[in-house]
Amino acid sequence: MKRSPHLSLAVAMALLTAVPLVLSASDTAKAASNPVEPGASGSELDLASKVERGRYLVETSACHDCHTPWVMGPEGPHPDMSRALSGHPEDLVMPPAPTLPEGPWIAQFSASNTAWAGPWGVSYTANLTPDEDTGLGLWTFDNFRDTIRHGRHLGRGRPVLPPMPWAVYRNMTDADLEAIYLYLRTVPAIRNKVPEPELPAPQPAVAG
Amino acid sequence: MPFRNRFFRRLLSGPAGIAVSGLVAGLALSLAGATRADAGAGMDGGARPGTQAGAAATIGDALPARLSETGLFRDGDPARVDPAHLAYSPQYPLWTDGAGKQRWLSLPAGRTIDASDPNAWQFPPGTRLWKTFGYQQPVETRMIERLANGQWRYATYLWREDGSDADLAPAGGRELALADAPTGRYRLPSREDCTACHEGTRTPVLGFSALQLSPERDPSAPAAGPGNVDLGDLAGRGLLAGLPAALLRQPPRIPARSAEERATLGYLHGNCGHCHNRSGRGVPVPLSLAALWQGEGIDADSIRASLVGREARYASAGLPHRLVAPGDVAASLLPARMRSREPHLRMPPLGTQSVDEQGLALVDHWIATMPSSPPPSAQEPAR
Repeated sequence: MKRSPHLSLAVAMALLTAVPLVLSASDTAKAASNPVEPGASGSELDLASKVERGRYLVETSACHDCHTPWVMGPEGPHPDMSRALSGHPEDLVMPPAPTLPEGPWIAQFSASNTAWAGPWGVSYTANLTPDEDTGLGLWTFDNFRDTIRHGRHLGRGRPVLPPMPWAVYRNMTDADLEAIYLYLRTVPAIRNKVPEPELPAPQPAVAG
Repeated sequence: MPFRNRFFRRLLSGPAGIAVSGLVAGLALSLAGATRADAGAGMDGGARPGTQAGAAATIGDALPARLSETGLFRDGDPARVDPAHLAYSPQYPLWTDGAGKQRWLSLPAGRTIDASDPNAWQFPPGTRLWKTFGYQQPVETRMIERLANGQWRYATYLWREDGSDADLAPAGGRELALADAPTGRYRLPSREDCTACHEGTRTPVLGFSALQLSPERDPSAPAAGPGNVDLGDLAGRGLLAGLPAALLRQPPRIPARSAEERATLGYLHGNCGHCHNRSGRGVPVPLSLAALWQGEGIDADSIRASLVGREARYASAGLPHRLVAPGDVAASLLPARMRSREPHLRMPPLGTQSVDEQGLALVDHWIATMPSSPPPSAQEPAR
């Protein structure tokens, strides 16, 4: 049976959102108690092998699911690889997210799968290409590794927001994170300034 | 804010000379050093004042379960800080919700600090630093320690209600209800919170530096307590190896157009410079708020140049895009982010829960009184 592309996307979304929420609390303590292994630079793999390993990890770890904008085609939604890994398109200005009624539905996402709205506000997926002004061009490996390990922008700033499953990826080895970082340096740089996250709408005052 | 708890007063008045003048502290430390030498401590003829015997911990060693086991106290007695430790107080302290703080450094016996780079002192394995936070009574004591392999490790200890000791806090941090804290809540940092602030520059020791311990202490700096040990004391005791002579001839001082600007730039150094710096380990935005020694003095021009009139790399909708707009606080992003405690916007991103109104007022005043076309370099007129 051919799986519906819509279903695939839904499965990916469920994984991306549910898994980190389940793992985050226990993993924080676990990872913090384990010293980070020594820097991956001592790896015997040569650069090309590391980049290839990074490509493999990016393509199997769902990076494109959110960091490459999705478009609708005859076969259903698919990632627009001409904008691979460039994050939420700058020209896709999102209207305010619809207000959800009370109940168990808490989040919504754009057709591009690059903008998400939930209790945290609105988050836009980052430009991971090496563009210096709008992507990761100026990031060092330490910046990248610390972002994933700590769940903080640039390793030390604001929290990295849902649905980014950093609490899963933080369990990667330094060598794998370095491979991903090195691969991301090789993808085409795309100038695309992703909006900053937006705060949640103010809650209406409770009457009475 | 002084600690008013009787237990803490005992610490303050103890032989460590925590809150006494530099002269008295120096005397106490010298006596302590002599005592240690007399007792045969140290393989090289005795420990220098402010140093400790004992091998550095290794990476596999478990963190001590109690603060009394970390070496902070004399004979493990939580009422008495070991008088051999160096009590210090940075002139530009980090804002931590108005908590009172005390700090000590311990060097391993016979070892010195490599002070050849005035912006990044290097500390020998076995170095330990402690910082106690509290309001009416001590709440936690944080420790950072350099291991035998050169790595640093971090821990925090939560004081017991009766002050009898403090226990190792969970690695993931913990939030407490604390009536004395401005928000009624107090957050013990996680180990990752520790590294987020302490590993964004070339040394994780932030408050024990040439500028922070300069004898040219800034009288306008907010929340700075008495100075305790200073650069001259450390050099005089032979604890600083390779210190460039220029720093003793002209101790570090932030050059500024006014006393207020000096205090403002110092505030930014102490509260922001550990991430926003040019070390290559901080965040990759062209914003340099660390007051760094360059050549013959502190380079304040690069701080101003990275702020004034600059466009923000990460600017949220509805907020100013310029980091600092001279004369226009409302059009400046720097104070807007300092004023926020929203997780997406706030600066600093962690370590505090309430806004530092005094620090913010300093920044606001600096921007409001800034000429719209400041000269690139200007010195404070009178010294």
